[in-house]
Amino acid sequence: MKSKIAVKKKIIIRPEYCMACRLCEIACLVKHSKSRQILKAFKEENLTLEESRIQVQQQGEMSFALQCRHCEDAWCLESCLTGALHQDEISGAILIDEEKCIGCWSCIMSCPYGVILRNQKTRKVATKCDLCPDEKIPACVMACPNEALILRENKNEK
Amino acid sequence: MCGITGIFHRGKKLLPAELIVRSLDQMRERGNGLGSGYCGYGIYPEFRDDWAFHIFYTDNNARAGGVDYLKKHFLIKHAEPVPVRPVKTVTNRPIIWRYFLQLKDEVRQEFYDLSEHDIITNCVMEINSTISGAYVVSSGKNMGIFKGVGFPLDIAEFYRLDEYRGYLWIAHNRFPTNTPGWWGGAHPFGLLNFGLVHNGEISSYGINKRYLESFGYSLTLQTDSEAILYLFDLLSRRHQLGLELASRILTAPHYLVIEQSPPRWKKLLTAIRLTYGSALINGPSALIIATADEMIGLTDRIKLRPLVAASDGQMAYLASEESGITAIAKKPKKIYRLDAGIPMIFN
Amino acid sequence: MRKSLVIPEFAVIRDQNLCIQCEVCVRQCAFEAHHFNQADRKVETDNFRCVGCQRCVTMCPTGALRVIRYPNDFRPNENWPAEEIQRIYKQAETGGVLLSSMGTDRKYPNYWDHLLLNASQVTNPSIDPLREPMELRTYLGQKPAKLEIKFPKKMRRFDINKITLKTKIAPQLKLEIPVMFSAMSFGAISFNTIKALAEASRRSGTYWNTGEGGFPASLYEYGPNTIVQVASGRFGVHSQYLEVAAAIEIKIGQGAKPGIGGHLPGEKVNEEISRTRMIPEGTDALSPAPHHDIYSIEDLSQLIYALKEATDYRKPVAVKIAAVHNSAAIASGIVRAGADIVVIDGFRGGTGAAPTRIRDNVGIPIELALAAVDERLRQEGIRHQASLVAAGGFRNSSDVVKAIALGADAVYIATAALVAIGCHLCQKCYTGKCNWGIATQDIHLIKRLNPEIAADRLTNLLNAWSHEIKEMLGGMGIDAIESLRGNRLQLRAINLTDAELKVLGVKPAGESL
Repeated sequence: MKSKIAVKKKIIIRPEYCMACRLCEIACLVKHSKSRQILKAFKEENLTLEESRIQVQQQGEMSFALQCRHCEDAWCLESCLTGALHQDEISGAILIDEEKCIGCWSCIMSCPYGVILRNQKTRKVATKCDLCPDEKIPACVMACPNEALILRENKNEK
Repeated sequence: MCGITGIFHRGKKLLPAELIVRSLDQMRERGNGLGSGYCGYGIYPEFRDDWAFHIFYTDNNARAGGVDYLKKHFLIKHAEPVPVRPVKTVTNRPIIWRYFLQLKDEVRQEFYDLSEHDIITNCVMEINSTISGAYVVSSGKNMGIFKGVGFPLDIAEFYRLDEYRGYLWIAHNRFPTNTPGWWGGAHPFGLLNFGLVHNGEISSYGINKRYLESFGYSLTLQTDSEAILYLFDLLSRRHQLGLELASRILTAPHYLVIEQSPPRWKKLLTAIRLTYGSALINGPSALIIATADEMIGLTDRIKLRPLVAASDGQMAYLASEESGITAIAKKPKKIYRLDAGIPMIFN
Repeated sequence: MRKSLVIPEFAVIRDQNLCIQCEVCVRQCAFEAHHFNQADRKVETDNFRCVGCQRCVTMCPTGALRVIRYPNDFRPNENWPAEEIQRIYKQAETGGVLLSSMGTDRKYPNYWDHLLLNASQVTNPSIDPLREPMELRTYLGQKPAKLEIKFPKKMRRFDINKITLKTKIAPQLKLEIPVMFSAMSFGAISFNTIKALAEASRRSGTYWNTGEGGFPASLYEYGPNTIVQVASGRFGVHSQYLEVAAAIEIKIGQGAKPGIGGHLPGEKVNEEISRTRMIPEGTDALSPAPHHDIYSIEDLSQLIYALKEATDYRKPVAVKIAAVHNSAAIASGIVRAGADIVVIDGFRGGTGAAPTRIRDNVGIPIELALAAVDERLRQEGIRHQASLVAAGGFRNSSDVVKAIALGADAVYIATAALVAIGCHLCQKCYTGKCNWGIATQDIHLIKRLNPEIAADRLTNLLNAWSHEIKEMLGGMGIDAIESLRGNRLQLRAINLTDAELKVLGVKPAGESL
């Protein structure tokens, strides 16, 4: 299945301001946790930063936080066997329907950025950034103290 | 609060003092009896070329000191107590004398680098600051200031003003706001031929005073209005800018206004703001400044005090209130309200 | 192995109920005060390393941390406070000169806190800054003593077209707010910091000062808002440096360390610093104590005019001195030597690095020096020949208003500006490990200061102060800053001695006109 529309919310990465604090990873974890409260989430749900859908990439002093780019020409969409990966018609975000996902990991192998994760906590499914559909500003952007992640509304429709 | 008024016959026809007294008395509610005063031009025709000094002395020691000083610097053509009438409500009077003077030649030679006006000014400053209890009230030619603590009619009666005639009169009725009323603090203030009456309180006094002191002026009369008089002397006479430009310096417009002015005005006004910032008057002010040939009305740049003007043929009027003019003018064609910070000039 | 006798200065208190072991504090502390214990899977703190910069406290996502003074008491001793005891231990262990950063933290009287402002009531209405123009515009430079105007022979009424303004006005700096950013060198602070200062100056209509670190070429676009410094080491001084700037400042002294020159440790001299300052990489940048070509006032006059000649007399030349005992006489000499602006830096001024004893004991407060200099220049009739800029520990807009009332034309801020962008005054700038990305050249740390955010914060600060100054002016019944300048009658002093009142030229509270 090919993506039809360009994503409306774009998260711009600015590596020159990223200090690898990983507050974005923490915020993403909390947002997608059961309780959505930071203390409960970390103390009771046994979260680790490796499970965050945004991951800070670091080499020397260069660092930046990377999540799904919600590509206009998404390889993962094409590779999905069950149609679990689909594009939201309104926001343009690439989303995973976890009910349909069978954990084949085809999407993980096809993603050129490596931003899809194996979530084996309850069922074996793939997870990734969903652009926080119920928030005006995604959690990672809100959390970044240095504006290394900023939100840009994408006015150009395909 | 204070009330001010001025009348000027531009043809120099002599007017009885009664006119100005009536104008001021019409506005008597603007004062509280703690000071009134009058300044008349053309009142000493027989001594028209002599410096007429009106001096207050607190006691005879002061008078001795004053006379001593005058004898050293001047030839005293004539000296006498200023004629007065007893008025019950005018009390705590200083000793008031007037002198008609010519500067001694040897003094002129000693201060060869100064003009006569500079020397006279220095003498006035010296008497005020070094001779304890002596204050020079006016120091011009063919003009004089009569002032004291009391209501307008009482002061006029006290000084026998009904016996004087002048072509230009300014007067003031005081409601003092920053120092207690005393004879020396009443308006008008005079230096050389300048006479000033002021309704207001200048917030910029602290810096106006320091600025003037750096030019050798001594401010001894414990009231901010004194600073305005000396600023006029400095800018108009010593810096030779004339009264009109001096007025515009004291109430230089806001940068918003300057920016929208035509290029030549913009250049001049910017230069004025840069150079004469310490002379800017800030705070509510309406004033009348007079010389032997001119009477100017001026208000502060945001016009926090009233001033109106009228003219009728040769006669020119300025007053804090319309009633001050209509009380004495037969039929002024139109009464003008002054624009904030723009001088109204009669010459 | 010899044991150090020095006890920690701070303790980090971690609320275990709130700590989620996320390790943000571990990652953020350049002093490595926090570490993750792998075996026990928890974050632990080494209090010896904590410098009290509050970085971890601010960054912790659950607010689990607080930093307190280390709760360990020596026997109470008024003459031997714990700090002095610790300092002797440090010197006994290293044999070195004690180094400190930022301004003195000792308890000397702060005269701004003893001065009170006036307000107008009844007799003189206060002016409403939201409804009336309130002018803060300030011009810095040499002013004419008077205006010379050529009038036509006969002119009954003033006609602008008939008169000629003969006076030529010397070059001026034009400030929309009487506050500028004081000298902080590239090297002492990071590139992002000076970029933020430059950008904020441009937005706010004021100026920033390069300090003795030179002026990086990539920031030349900010030249019209830049004051370049010529200090004793002459770092980075070349003809283009002078040309792009709006004004040039000769630095004779600095309030934090009068009598000695600047010091940038070799660790902070990387390739970019080396290029900008024109010195070899890795070498200490040591500025000599005096300019070695200025041993007298006439030598200073030569340098002033050399700079004016080099820039065709198009730019004001300033001279900056530290506030010391005979500041008034020195300032008078500087004005007569041809300076257009005199900058006086009081002893509470900050620094990237200075010997502790010099920082804490040399120099006098700016309040007294400013009052003395302003009065002396007026007495000598030369106050108009140069503008006075005061510096040294200005904390807020009321300090600024009081300084102007004492006689300053404008005020320089540096510590306040750094605090605005994140500095917590931990006084460890000399280590080069500033956790806020300000006083460092470390490639990991400098990323932490986002110049866009910092420029916004600085602009906000100046904007806020501008409004506060206007409110205070309006309250005094003044609508133009020049009517406050030197107007000491708008001040009253509280709890000062007669001698202090005399130097300040201010009446005690309770006395009226």
